[in-house]
Amino acid sequence: MALDAKIPGGEMAQKWANYKDHAKLVSPANKRKLEIIVVGTGLAGASAAATLGELGYKVKSFCFQDSPRRAHSIAAQGGINAAKNYQNDGDSVYRLFYETEKGGDFRSREANTYRLAQVSGNIIDQCVAQGVPFAREYGGLLANRSFGGTQVQRTFYAAGQTGQQLLLGAYGALERQVALGNVTMYSRHEMHDIVKIDGKARGIIARNLVTGKLERYFGHAVLICSGGYGNVFYLSTNAMGSNVTAAWKSHKKGAYFANPCYTQIHPTCIPVTGDHQSKLTLMSESLRNDGRIWVPKQKDDKRKANEIPEDERDYYLERRYPAFGNLGPRDVTSRAAKERCDAGYGVGTTKKAVYLDFADAINRYGKTEAHKKGFQNASPETIIELGKQVVKEKYGNLFEMYEKITGENPYVVPMRIYPAVHYTMGGLWVDYELMTTVPGLYCLGEANFSDHGANRLGASALMQGLADGYFVIPYTIGNYLSGEIRTPAISTSHAAFEEAENAVRERIEKLMNVKGTESVESFHKRLGHIMWEKCGMARNDKGLREAIEEIKVLRKEFWENVRIPGEIFEMNPELDKAGRVADFMELGELICMDALNRRESCGGHFREESQTEDGEAKRIDEEFSYVAAWEYTTDGEVLNKEPLTFELTKPSERSYK
Amino acid sequence: MEHYNMNLTLKVWRQKNANTKGSFETFEVKDISSEMSFLEMFDVLNERLVNEGKDPITFDHDCREGICGACSMYVDGRAHGPWQKNTVCQLHMRAYKDGDTIVVEPWRANSFPVIKDLMVDRSAFDRIIEAGGFVSTNTGNAADANALPIEREKSEAAFDAAACIGCGACVAACPNGSAMLFVSAKVSQLALLPQGNPERKIRARNMVEQMDKEGFGNCGNIHNCEAECPKGISVENIARLNKEFLSASFFPEV
Ligand SMILES: Cc1cc2nc3c(=O)[nH]c(=O)nc-3n(C[C@H](O)[C@H](O)[C@H](O)COP(=O)(O)OP(=O)(O)OC[C@H]3O[C@@H](n4cnc5c(N)ncnc54)[C@H](O)[C@@H]3O)c2cc1C
Ligand code: SF4
Ligand code: FES
Repeated sequence: MALDAKIPGGEMAQKWANYKDHAKLVSPANKRKLEIIVVGTGLAGASAAATLGELGYKVKSFCFQDSPRRAHSIAAQGGINAAKNYQNDGDSVYRLFYETEKGGDFRSREANTYRLAQVSGNIIDQCVAQGVPFAREYGGLLANRSFGGTQVQRTFYAAGQTGQQLLLGAYGALERQVALGNVTMYSRHEMHDIVKIDGKARGIIARNLVTGKLERYFGHAVLICSGGYGNVFYLSTNAMGSNVTAAWKSHKKGAYFANPCYTQIHPTCIPVTGDHQSKLTLMSESLRNDGRIWVPKQKDDKRKANEIPEDERDYYLERRYPAFGNLGPRDVTSRAAKERCDAGYGVGTTKKAVYLDFADAINRYGKTEAHKKGFQNASPETIIELGKQVVKEKYGNLFEMYEKITGENPYVVPMRIYPAVHYTMGGLWVDYELMTTVPGLYCLGEANFSDHGANRLGASALMQGLADGYFVIPYTIGNYLSGEIRTPAISTSHAAFEEAENAVRERIEKLMNVKGTESVESFHKRLGHIMWEKCGMARNDKGLREAIEEIKVLRKEFWENVRIPGEIFEMNPELDKAGRVADFMELGELICMDALNRRESCGGHFREESQTEDGEAKRIDEEFSYVAAWEYTTDGEVLNKEPLTFELTKPSERSYK
Repeated sequence: MEHYNMNLTLKVWRQKNANTKGSFETFEVKDISSEMSFLEMFDVLNERLVNEGKDPITFDHDCREGICGACSMYVDGRAHGPWQKNTVCQLHMRAYKDGDTIVVEPWRANSFPVIKDLMVDRSAFDRIIEAGGFVSTNTGNAADANALPIEREKSEAAFDAAACIGCGACVAACPNGSAMLFVSAKVSQLALLPQGNPERKIRARNMVEQMDKEGFGNCGNIHNCEAECPKGISVENIARLNKEFLSASFFPEV
């Protein structure tokens, strides 16, 4: 199928306005008759459900947690970008757009990225109106910080809990619509499939996780807002329940899956301690504003960090990237850490860690403070004490979290960090209207592929989720639903619902009936191991081919030997997990296929065969300047290409030297 | 940090569902590393139970970073276990030593019925928020975010109240099963900000009314809630709620 992104005409800056001026509208009386299903209550889903409810549509909202407020967006720490230019430091819509394009290594669709930058300012207005307590200056105006090495300060934040505060704002708006009767909330419900009638998305099959019963829900349109698929790697910074099931089932019902191999590895996470590790914890990127990253110059150095003298330390980022130093983009910084550890310079018991050291910052801030306070000849101890205070004000909660987990005091010894899977840029292919290749099926937030190309900038995921939900879908969905006003609600006894439910039931029964000997957790770990080793920070032809074969074998084994305790009709977290892991295995294979197909390095996707002499990623624009959109067919996955065109930017080499 | 291994005895509450009676079951767990989190220790136990063909222990959890509010275990008589200002997912096994016995129960409160084992139903909290835990503003109506400066101190106080993760430890820790700390945190956040001002009275009244309807107990000023709250939500918020509620009761028509 030829992919039509439906990009509106006109100058880039006018496209969205043009679109809105001409999109079809639905009258209030008709909105009341139209039903919309929203799967997911993270920033994307909650903002969409609330806004569509406000507009008068009948919304059904789903999440697998016990409350919509617990969606994974709650865990975002650092902040949200917006091109407000409140700091008067030269920011603009164009600049945010350009940096997002460049950061994504020129692998995203310009029109979408531009719109994202355009609506970014409205998001901040909306959140403040809801009572989101962003950080403020003494004058009472909003504070900003720079994030991820940008040269302007455009990141809004609420201490280290920005995602929490934004989500609670959206959750409040959602609950308000629940009270008004415009949204019905289905918590502890997991979507297992979509229902298609005459080619259009018309509903879902969901499992009530408390009773285990399958339930059918009708909608004139279905929105997938189910978040990212980083847990395909088993260990990631994602929440334990984050999964790909909703997106994957949509894919199997006809929605193309775009750029699955674009996964983001975040450079600063707390390292793995052992086999028991269940997830990884992010240490916010903002720490790199003040922390210096280093490893010993000597291989396998057994000394403690503080015993290694200055001239025996290798500040390898500052050495390799003098212009950006410790503030380089995530993909580059992560690979540099891997390179040092692979070469034998890693630290800590597992040797898979590097130091993130605040001693210099503490010293520097301490001196400034002493000077401010007029202390002449302050002792080194006083300086360090004063410096610690400053660092505490900036990063106190992160330092506390680090100490809770590791039992080490980062004010005294350097943090140990290592890269970990964090975010997935790939996802369901959507057009400018956020519609997938299935009519009436939309995808918002991290679950879609849309705005970040091959690498996402810090503080841009929250922006995208809320842009999609508050400001894009409310307009674009009308353009489709205006054609549906004559479609009465379809009864869920329709044969298509029957059929979909039966298929879901059979799969669940099949899983339960395997009655093998190996736990779901164990299979998930094994899958994660393959993915991390062969499709992680560095990928090559041979490894990817092996991974595909290994996953095939693993999948077969899973369906022959998985053991799921308990019963179907009860709360059964092992069964829930089994369904998710089964889908991850299928996705894992596609990720490797996509990575194999893309024989260039770009953003988070590093192909060892495609690098410069000094080991930097090398894009191959002539061959790979396209979105890889995979189509599920009975004969396997088929690759479709959406060529990328560049009106405003000129793909250039991404140098951070 | 030096780490060590330990053997422990766990007494865990088992309950098939809301309609059956529960009881404690005892487990011996071996070779638990001091570097594990408390929930990872449960993972190890559950993995063993699955391998033995037994039913693993059900508990709520998701982020494992102390922010989603899902985890909810009552450990040795304390909500979220022995560490101050901490969720049970962030509790680490170095809090224990070889040979310890640990008793783990679900939140116990009339308004939080047990679903299974250590998992309870906290949907009452959602319904309280539904009753008024928001600012009534539709998307698209907002003025420029900097049009209205807000005193930094007030905004920080609002943030401190807004840090509540909705875990319900305050209710579990309260002998009366009161939800006052939770409700007061939301009421305070919005009362402190100009955006929340127009609905202050009606919000306090409606949320308190819903709280009572859900069967939460009365506040007896015992302050266990504050002591056990993982986010350090202060009982000053309860005082603020009482003030808001009183003024709402004096002028009920507003
Ligand atoms: C630790 C961490 C820190 C981060 N910090 C930042 C940051 O500072 N700035 C930034 O911009 N980004 C950050 N990110 C990224 C950002 O948080 C996420 O990309 C974003 O929140 C995703 O939002 P979402 O609405 O798309 O999905 P999510 O918030 O993941 O929500 C998914 C929803 O879908 C539901 N769901 C999923 N599957 C099903 C199913 N089958 N049936 C029913 N419901 C389902 C879930 O219940 C949930 O409600 C961070 C991410 C992590 C992991
Ligand atoms: S007030 Fe504290 S204990 Fe109560 S729900 Fe909020 S965070 Fe949990
Ligand atoms: S699991 Fe999220 S707070 Fe504990």
